Amino acid sequence: MAKLASALVGRLVIIVPYAWLLFFFLIPFFIVFRISLSETAIAMPPYTPVFDLAGGLAGILEKMREFSADNYVWLTEDVLYFNAYVSSLIIAAISTFLTLLIGFPIAYGMAKAPRSIRPTLLMLVILPFWTSFLIRVYAWIAILKPEGLLNQFLITFGVIDQPLIILNTNTAIYIGIVYSYLPFMVLPIYSALEKMDHSLIEAAQDLGCTPVSAFWRVTFPLSLPGVVAGCLLVFIPAVGEFVIPDLLGGSETLMIGKTLWNEFNANRDWPVSSAVATVLLLILVIPIVYFQNVQAKADGEGK
Amino acid sequence: MEKWSRFNIASVVLGFGFLYLPIVLLVIFSFNESKLVTVWAGFSTKWYTQLWHNQGLLDAAWVTIRVGLLSATCATVLGTLAALALVRYSRFRGRVLFSGMVYAPLVMPEVITGLSLLLLFVAIGLDRGFWTITLAHITFTMCFVAVVVQSRLLSFDQSIEEAALDLGATPVRTFFAITLPVIAPAVFSGWVLAFTLSLDDLVISSFTTGPGATTLPMKIYSQVRLGVTPEINAICTILIGIVALGVIVASIVTKRREVQRERDERAAVAASG
Repeated sequence: MAKLASALVGRLVIIVPYAWLLFFFLIPFFIVFRISLSETAIAMPPYTPVFDLAGGLAGILEKMREFSADNYVWLTEDVLYFNAYVSSLIIAAISTFLTLLIGFPIAYGMAKAPRSIRPTLLMLVILPFWTSFLIRVYAWIAILKPEGLLNQFLITFGVIDQPLIILNTNTAIYIGIVYSYLPFMVLPIYSALEKMDHSLIEAAQDLGCTPVSAFWRVTFPLSLPGVVAGCLLVFIPAVGEFVIPDLLGGSETLMIGKTLWNEFNANRDWPVSSAVATVLLLILVIPIVYFQNVQAKADGEGK
Repeated sequence: MEKWSRFNIASVVLGFGFLYLPIVLLVIFSFNESKLVTVWAGFSTKWYTQLWHNQGLLDAAWVTIRVGLLSATCATVLGTLAALALVRYSRFRGRVLFSGMVYAPLVMPEVITGLSLLLLFVAIGLDRGFWTITLAHITFTMCFVAVVVQSRLLSFDQSIEEAALDLGATPVRTFFAITLPVIAPAVFSGWVLAFTLSLDDLVISSFTTGPGATTLPMKIYSQVRLGVTPEINAICTILIGIVALGVIVASIVTKRREVQRERDERAAVAASG
């Protein structure tokens, strides 16, 4: 009896979170896909669906019963969507690269720091991540505005005479993404570098490597797992970013997260926003699966 | 050990300056007398007193705190279970899918998570509002808890658990007597992380909310779109203060527990020797 009960408890440990994630994470994607295949409810007369997934689903779904690929055709016809996807990918890629350029030296410096202060440094990197994302983006508006703190500073010290226009440009988006996602880049690189065996560098230098070539031949390759994890942690969410392009970007900035938000909130077009989300997910599925593998492998090594 | 070179020190100092300067400026200008957030006109706390008379803001803060407390607590239970399932059961049907569902939400763009949860709530006919936001927050924060707890479980000496089981303790008793006390700091920091993520969330809340349930980030966002004001700086400063306090308390608790554990281990070694 006790054995049966404990086996049951063991099962529950798996079943409860599994069922939760299936219901609240996985199934919703199928609903998104399902609705992306339906027509905007008011515009089209209903017709028989190809097959019926939504047996008991009531309300709005009832009205959206018909299947069609029209929303996807719509996405390909309107060049706005294509441009938004492409420019999101480009902006995310450039920002990821910039974050790596800034984050690597920080992680490297932290890993080289005296052992006694490392926990404090680690804490200081994590702390901004716990403060609101929205607040951190908002803080940059006051700095980047034409009459903002950065321009005041530069003009006072005579570096420029005319205020720089940074807010509402892509530059502001790069700054916003680099700033917001920097801890995600620093942490995995730091943990890769910290584990590194320092005698390898000494060996390389004994064998005649200059410090620079020892870095590129030994340190950097060994930090690659951290670099890959960091880049994915920055790149994937940045592609679908909404808050940063909305607050720091200009009207000409096209990013797909913002397009989806507008489609949904301003145009109230659920099927088209579902189609936008489905395509975005398809674009990101490869990096996401790759990220899961990296993560699972890292956990396996920890054992 | 190689010495901490000037280049290393410079990159750490500059990096931290970059991370903290905007937040520091925001806090400073929340105490500005002038309505302009970029011109200093003397010290004042008037923007803080004004907050107390803004009923809409206080209501939003109350909603946010309730959502945060409830969702963080549920997410901690679910996330800890998920971490146990991942670490203790190396083989079960659908494990690959399960670990995928735990890791994917960490990087999933919020607009996708928000939209898909909204469509789910509409499909099952749930009234949107406080409860739908809470369910949504539980879902995305539990994965962060799972990752935090999992990393602690991985560095955990399983032989103590096996010993307890050999001595006849049931798995449930073993969990509460052995496993939970050891992983408690990680569970606690998982809870704090889930709470702050919930406190912070704008996009997922906006998708899954209904009439009557406005959270603080939604309120801040709608005001930010109208322009930068010292009043928002003041709210932000209070939020930063709460989070900083939470993190400091959490780290002190963790530190104490670690010191205690080391002392216990040393005592055990001394006693057995």
